Amino acid sequence: MQETIIGQTNPLAIAFFLLFVISTLAITYWAANKRTRTTKEFYAAGRSITGFQNGLALAGDYMSAASFLGIAGLVSTRGYDGLIYSVGWLVGWPIIMFLISEPLRNLGKYTFADVVAYRLQQRPIRAAAATGSLVTVLFYLVAQMVGAGTLIKLMFGFPFEVAIIVVGTLMISYVLFGGMLATTWVQIIKAVMLLGGATLLVILTLAQFGFEYGTLFGAAAKQYGDKFLEPGGLVTNPIDAFSLGIALMFGTAGLPHILMRFYTVPDAKEARKSVFYATGFIGYFYILTVTIGFGAAVLVGQKVIMGIDKGGNMAAPLLAEVLGGTVFLGFLAAVAFATILAVVTGLTLAGASALSHDLYVGVLRRGVANEKEEVKVAKAAMICLGIAAILLGILFKGENVAFMVGLAFAVAASANFPALLMSIMWKKFTTKGAVASIYTGLTLAVVLIVLSPTVWVDIIHGKEKKAIETQIKDLDVQSKQRIEMLQRQGGLSETAIAAEKAQVEAKTEELNAQMPKAIFPLKNPGLISMAAAFLVGIFVSLLSSEKTAEEKFEEEKLRSYIGIGAE
Amino acid sequence: MEGKVTKQDILNDSDFKELTQQKKTISVMLTIIELILYFGFIALIAFNKPFLASKITSTITIGIPIAIGTIILSWVLTGIYVRWANNKYDALVSKVKEKFGG
Repeated sequence: MQETIIGQTNPLAIAFFLLFVISTLAITYWAANKRTRTTKEFYAAGRSITGFQNGLALAGDYMSAASFLGIAGLVSTRGYDGLIYSVGWLVGWPIIMFLISEPLRNLGKYTFADVVAYRLQQRPIRAAAATGSLVTVLFYLVAQMVGAGTLIKLMFGFPFEVAIIVVGTLMISYVLFGGMLATTWVQIIKAVMLLGGATLLVILTLAQFGFEYGTLFGAAAKQYGDKFLEPGGLVTNPIDAFSLGIALMFGTAGLPHILMRFYTVPDAKEARKSVFYATGFIGYFYILTVTIGFGAAVLVGQKVIMGIDKGGNMAAPLLAEVLGGTVFLGFLAAVAFATILAVVTGLTLAGASALSHDLYVGVLRRGVANEKEEVKVAKAAMICLGIAAILLGILFKGENVAFMVGLAFAVAASANFPALLMSIMWKKFTTKGAVASIYTGLTLAVVLIVLSPTVWVDIIHGKEKKAIETQIKDLDVQSKQRIEMLQRQGGLSETAIAAEKAQVEAKTEELNAQMPKAIFPLKNPGLISMAAAFLVGIFVSLLSSEKTAEEKFEEEKLRSYIGIGAE
Repeated sequence: MEGKVTKQDILNDSDFKELTQQKKTISVMLTIIELILYFGFIALIAFNKPFLASKITSTITIGIPIAIGTIILSWVLTGIYVRWANNKYDALVSKVKEKFGG
């Protein structure tokens, strides 16, 4: 392929991005005029969003740049293994639909902590649930911010810090002036742009192959071998795979910014519809992304993709440049920027709500605060979190933060989801049980990931690991040279070669034994931390009966199942 | 009848009981199907890679439609639930609500 302009400042990309910013700011201005004074308006867009709109907005909140660029990249460099990964990102949505969406909408007001605290003691529950939310949001946010800085630098040529400050300032403005209403429309516009851009890219790709998937896969297999279309090395340890699967599946159902969206629709019926639309959009999006990945592998080539970014993140933009030139590249770069911006906006709003609605009003003020005061606190929390996000993004510049997404999902699956599900489903669930479950899930998820191969070996002992790997490599090369030399000198017996090989093998083994070992064997702790959260929740609840909570469960049924008294 | 209805009356109502029972059954059933679908897929990758690598046409391996199928089926399951809820569930809810005066 010809030279790429990726990494240079692209005026077209900036123009497209400015168009997005201007239109979203116009909407923010419009939303601000519709008032964001009451808590219902600020947190929940006045419950005025339709199921279809919320479906798009949910998709907008969920489809991050990391999954768009990351999965396309993973597929382009690792073929089928990338496809496996994309499936895991979708399967949490049916779980949200079947187990959570309607009771969540009927029982809660603004945050999922409302539901957990519904018939339990407000203060301890809100403190625990807000902690779970904030930890999830912060890890996810740091990963997104660092990713944002890196990607924008890669695509637009802006300095890292400038990119992060632009993203941070815009997200604060949306929420501060336009509340949830503006945030929702930012998500909707972004979702439409992303789905539209990806669809166009797929159409242009398939046009190269006579609109036959078979021809595309055939070309991919021809270039990279049949292995490219088969499961490879990504899933080697079944328990590891199950654990990651659990974190992805149930983590989706525990993400505070996703759960918060359910309060923007008027009732449970619209809530359930919105999950149906969201699942459709997100599933469609992953199918497109996988196609883009295979297309990029064939039409751009792995060498070029990995030459620009080792992780393959530029596969989709490069493909756009090959098929649609600078204009399409500019458009797609702007879409990626908009995507990042929308996701961090949703996340920060969810974090701010946990701070103001759960911690400030629920815990500090014991539930007594007027609307005006709460909105003021929510806005202040938004500014603080926004600034924290900017600072954290800059602090973690150049660090390996990919594990933080996995960690955010593990925390969501372990701290948020079990408590939420048990509070909806189980009559004998108690305050003590819920608090114990949340803190167990949270602590285990964080501690175990630190002790896991992802952090303990790759990050904390990363240098040692690399040093040993180089030693092993050197040893191998040296020994091969020695054998070759001996062979050239002639007269060398088979036994001498075997002895040399055995010696090298022994040395390699010795080095391997020195390799830093993870204290916890699984890459993602989801399996253990979620199971523990459920078990501890059940165990502690059984030990501590709570009469009022049990009595309220019957009453809760009326609201949960038929929406009597739902707000 | 209005004004005299207590929460207990609704809770003891046979239609209300049927409604909660049906909702529970279908939610749990669909959740189990989804779990089997996804973890079945993961199990195939973990324990039977050769099967996923077998070809169905000259170029496409069976693993590809299985993965895409998992995505599409998950969506279809949410569609089945919405259909059931819009028809049956909502009807039962309004029946109960009418019976007790909204």
